[in-house]
Amino acid sequence: MSAPLVEVRDVNFAYDNRPILKGINMSFHKGKVIAIMGGSGCGKTTLFRLIGGALKPTRGEIRIDGKATHELDQQGLYEMRRKMGVLFQFGALFTDMSVFDNVAFQMREHTNLPEEVIRDLVMMKLHAVGLRGTHDLMPAELSGGMARRVALARTVALDPTLILYDEPFAGLDPISLTVVGQLIRKLNDALGTTSVVVTHDVQESLKIVDYIYFIADGVIVAEGTPDEIHASDKPFVHQFVHGEMDGPVPFHYPGGDYRTDLGVSA
Amino acid sequence: MPVAKSLKTIGRRVINAVWRIGYAARFFAMTLFYSGTSFRRFRLIVKEMFSSGVMSLIIILVAGMFVGMVLGLQGFETLKRYGSESALGSLVALSLVRELGPVLAALLFASRAGSAMTAEIGLMKATEQIAAMEMMAVNPIARVVAPRFWAGVISMPLLAALFSAMGVFGGYVVGVVVIGVDEGSFWSQMQASVDFQHDVLNGVLKSFVFGLAVTAIALFEGYDAPPTAEGVSGATTRTVVQSSLAILMLDFILTAFMFQGA
Amino acid sequence: MERTTLDLWVGAFVVAGLGALVVLALKVGNLSTYNVSESYELQAHFTNVGGLKPTASVRSSGVLVGRVTSIVLDTERYEAKVTMSIDKRYQFPKDTFANILTSGLLGEQYIGLLPGGDDVMLASGDEFKKTQSAVVLEDLIGKFFTTSADTK
Repeated sequence: MSAPLVEVRDVNFAYDNRPILKGINMSFHKGKVIAIMGGSGCGKTTLFRLIGGALKPTRGEIRIDGKATHELDQQGLYEMRRKMGVLFQFGALFTDMSVFDNVAFQMREHTNLPEEVIRDLVMMKLHAVGLRGTHDLMPAELSGGMARRVALARTVALDPTLILYDEPFAGLDPISLTVVGQLIRKLNDALGTTSVVVTHDVQESLKIVDYIYFIADGVIVAEGTPDEIHASDKPFVHQFVHGEMDGPVPFHYPGGDYRTDLGVSA
Repeated sequence: MPVAKSLKTIGRRVINAVWRIGYAARFFAMTLFYSGTSFRRFRLIVKEMFSSGVMSLIIILVAGMFVGMVLGLQGFETLKRYGSESALGSLVALSLVRELGPVLAALLFASRAGSAMTAEIGLMKATEQIAAMEMMAVNPIARVVAPRFWAGVISMPLLAALFSAMGVFGGYVVGVVVIGVDEGSFWSQMQASVDFQHDVLNGVLKSFVFGLAVTAIALFEGYDAPPTAEGVSGATTRTVVQSSLAILMLDFILTAFMFQGA
Repeated sequence: MERTTLDLWVGAFVVAGLGALVVLALKVGNLSTYNVSESYELQAHFTNVGGLKPTASVRSSGVLVGRVTSIVLDTERYEAKVTMSIDKRYQFPKDTFANILTSGLLGEQYIGLLPGGDDVMLASGDEFKKTQSAVVLEDLIGKFFTTSADTK
């Protein structure tokens, strides 16, 4: 197997003195769709920001295409990000620009392409997500699912080699959810990129991804292909996949004795 | 130890305030440093001038007209006692051009355009648009902040000039058309007492400084706002309060420098 | 890149703003009566200039003919030396009187020119020989009291 596109080696990260991530190791290979899963507040988004170079690891390193992100200066970081596409939670479309201008944004900022070429490219990207007809609408006029798809078109505008998705399924209806899921897979295969999906939507991601990492309390508790995860008998994975209320992740936040709190103990 | 505790709190507040001032200074320096893009692509500034300048036009023109009319009325009542109604023109024009035009236009600009700027940038941050731009390797200071800054700085003197001109017209309407002060002496007294360099240009300089202060505060508050609904609304309020105070304080300092002696 | 309605609005805004400045300069301010026509310089010495300031007006028969450009103390004579720039259109005889006057009782001070009958006109750089200093209100009041005390 060739060298992985992204390598996460023994990464630790702490906000102030509160550890968020502890000794994470991951590798993402070219052409794959990888999911990073875990409950709310487990450090998924932090990991995602680390990969994007927005944060620096407290210890360990992240290598993208062989380059360590924390060693890059502003210039180098921007260079790296040009080959990276990021889909933010809820899309983060620029609200003061039309759909067309949103998708064209990076082309206008980073290339000297003539306006006719940009027009054709934008139409192709919008066509790929099935929203060519919306090009002169404003983001506020789109439904949540459509906005997510436009954001997807914007993310792949410059054909990135690595695409990061932050909660791409959050707040979508079941139809839009399937559409976005299928688009992530299709775009990945068509462009030959590597996709990393940070999510807590188990069922949808199990359908489209090649490999899954489970994170809980800042460490990787399980990993494997969708088949392995389905077959796993680890209690955490079982609880997460089947959405059980109590298990290794307890329903009750740690507290004192219930009876003492109610004042009924002798 | 409650004393030690409150001392600690005060200390933390002071350190935080100093920290924030330093951050604001760096933000302002970055804005100036990354202004090149906005001037190379002047379109960006024009677009923002529409939302800050053109959209403030109505309020500036209407307010200017009424302020001028009030000046005409009050000035006439006061001057009549000394039998010098003919000085109404110079009273209206001098107060508008030197003080009321730049100051009131800037206060209105702060509450109309400044608060909108803060809210817009705060929301862009809350909805991760700023982060998205960073991740697209586009510097948000150069692309979002700097064009708005220069649009505000260019718009402010133009708005203040319109305010003053409108005010003089309002004073004329009340003084000459309604009350019946002699038209000739209204204009000639005005021209004799208003000096172009000393009064008009200093007024323009004032409004330029106010524009600088208001937009810098508005943009910083927006950029520094906590990315939540409460954070953005709090920042919007702070923009209006701080820029109003800044305008009045700067006005005092500038007036002291400009009109001393001479 | 094509023109849009937005450009039109911003353009109209800029034109209106600059227009307002021009109005302030010409109609409200005195730019039209000042600096526009050519001028020449004249000087005068006064024993006391009172509250006269640079940019104060120079008037003859109430008509604005120029402005005071500088006021300095001439240490040879220990008198105030006032330089004024006078509109080229107006010439004054050599024996013109230059007085410092006050508009109204407490108004601004200005220089009033009272032309004489000489045939020779003052040229640039010349000086008014006959001058009368500012009337200082305190002196006037003081004089009034001393004289009224004397008459008693």
